[in-house]
Amino acid sequence: MDHDHIISAKQLSRGDIETVLDHAAEAAADPAAWADRHENALLGLCFFEPSTRTKMSFTAAIKRMGGDVVDMGTVESSSVTKGESLADTVRVVQGYADALVLRHPSEGSAKMASEYVDVPLINGGDGAGQHPTQTLLDLYTIRENAGFDDLTIGIMGDLKYGRTVHSLAHALTTVDARQHFISPESLKLPRSVRYDLHEEGASIREHTDLGAVLPELDVLYVTRIQRERFPDENEYRAVAGQYQIDAATLEAGPDDLTVMHPLPRVDEIAHDIDDTDYARYFQQAHNGVPVRMALLDLLLGESR
Amino acid sequence: MSDHELRVNKIRNGTVIDHITAGQALNVLAILGVDAHSGETLSVAMNVPSDRLGTKDIVKVEGRELSQDEVDVLSLIAGAATINIVREFDVVEKHRVERPREVVGVLSCPNRHCITTADEPVDSRFDVLEDGIRCCYCDTIVRDGIADHIAVG
Repeated sequence: MDHDHIISAKQLSRGDIETVLDHAAEAAADPAAWADRHENALLGLCFFEPSTRTKMSFTAAIKRMGGDVVDMGTVESSSVTKGESLADTVRVVQGYADALVLRHPSEGSAKMASEYVDVPLINGGDGAGQHPTQTLLDLYTIRENAGFDDLTIGIMGDLKYGRTVHSLAHALTTVDARQHFISPESLKLPRSVRYDLHEEGASIREHTDLGAVLPELDVLYVTRIQRERFPDENEYRAVAGQYQIDAATLEAGPDDLTVMHPLPRVDEIAHDIDDTDYARYFQQAHNGVPVRMALLDLLLGESR
Repeated sequence: MSDHELRVNKIRNGTVIDHITAGQALNVLAILGVDAHSGETLSVAMNVPSDRLGTKDIVKVEGRELSQDEVDVLSLIAGAATINIVREFDVVEKHRVERPREVVGVLSCPNRHCITTADEPVDSRFDVLEDGIRCCYCDTIVRDGIADHIAVG
């Protein structure tokens, strides 16, 4: 893999993806062998928005390899409150760390920040833009459970603002997956993503109802529909209710269906699915550690 | 066309932008950053009959030659435009605009969540597509109303 920074899933080829996933599988199979691989390495965490999974799994990943983190802390406690630009913040923090992870509310922030640093920078989510490391752990989970050959996947929920969806859709074109997008009209894929998928010759279909495609799916990837995307509570409840699933919903699907979710969920996946064989979303979250270990190893390996 | 020439005087030194898509002349002025306060002598003709375009607009700017950045953005809103550089009443250069591969710093991204609209040391940058432009930072695609996004400076 020959990338200085990880900004978007669009930059990742099939070969890049397989390299990271194979490497992650090695880390998962024998974590002890990785324990001192990056002794004394420091990962700079610049999170301008709240995060649980991304931040904790990056922290776990670098610590599992003998390194540590330097954390900017919350925006409220940082120099950002004094009006410091993002460009200045990352230029400063790169002097404290061997690589940076950035989460920021503005789309394109990671790309801009990468233009100001010499250490590897990883996009940990930029507004409604991209979240490429989530995509890598999603792909790892898909490959583990359903494989990439002849893959049919349904992606359901907030497709307009969901950055995990935008990243995943790009990456799935590299494995020639058939992609079904299921959402309310108001939350369909943004024009820019549809444009890219079209340009890449992706096989995509858009639906407003899960029922028609559920029997064809190998994987159902559910995302949260956020209350703040709707003008009023009633409209939100009416729409969100149509995109919730429970164990009864899945009876119409194949027995070996894999259900995924980037988490956090609210009520779009009922708890009665948690203990079924369909549920893979906690495994998916756990996969964040070996996948991020693999990615950091590949990036730090070249820079250190 | 002689009646139009009567209406719009020849210029001594400057630029004549001809074959502008009808209705875009004022946007061309916005791209050039010229207005009533900027001092240049301007002639603007709108909805002039044209063999090639049906109708067209024409802009003449005295004492001003266009930069490449200005020509690049011009090409996005008036792809058929011709640019005539005039010196001592003679046209010394005449060329058609060409669509660039990217446009930097002249347009602002319509996505208010784009990092280029924040207070950061970064110029806007758009890739030019066949039928629009696309922000290199946030991927937003603009197809219609490109002139609405001219960063007037």
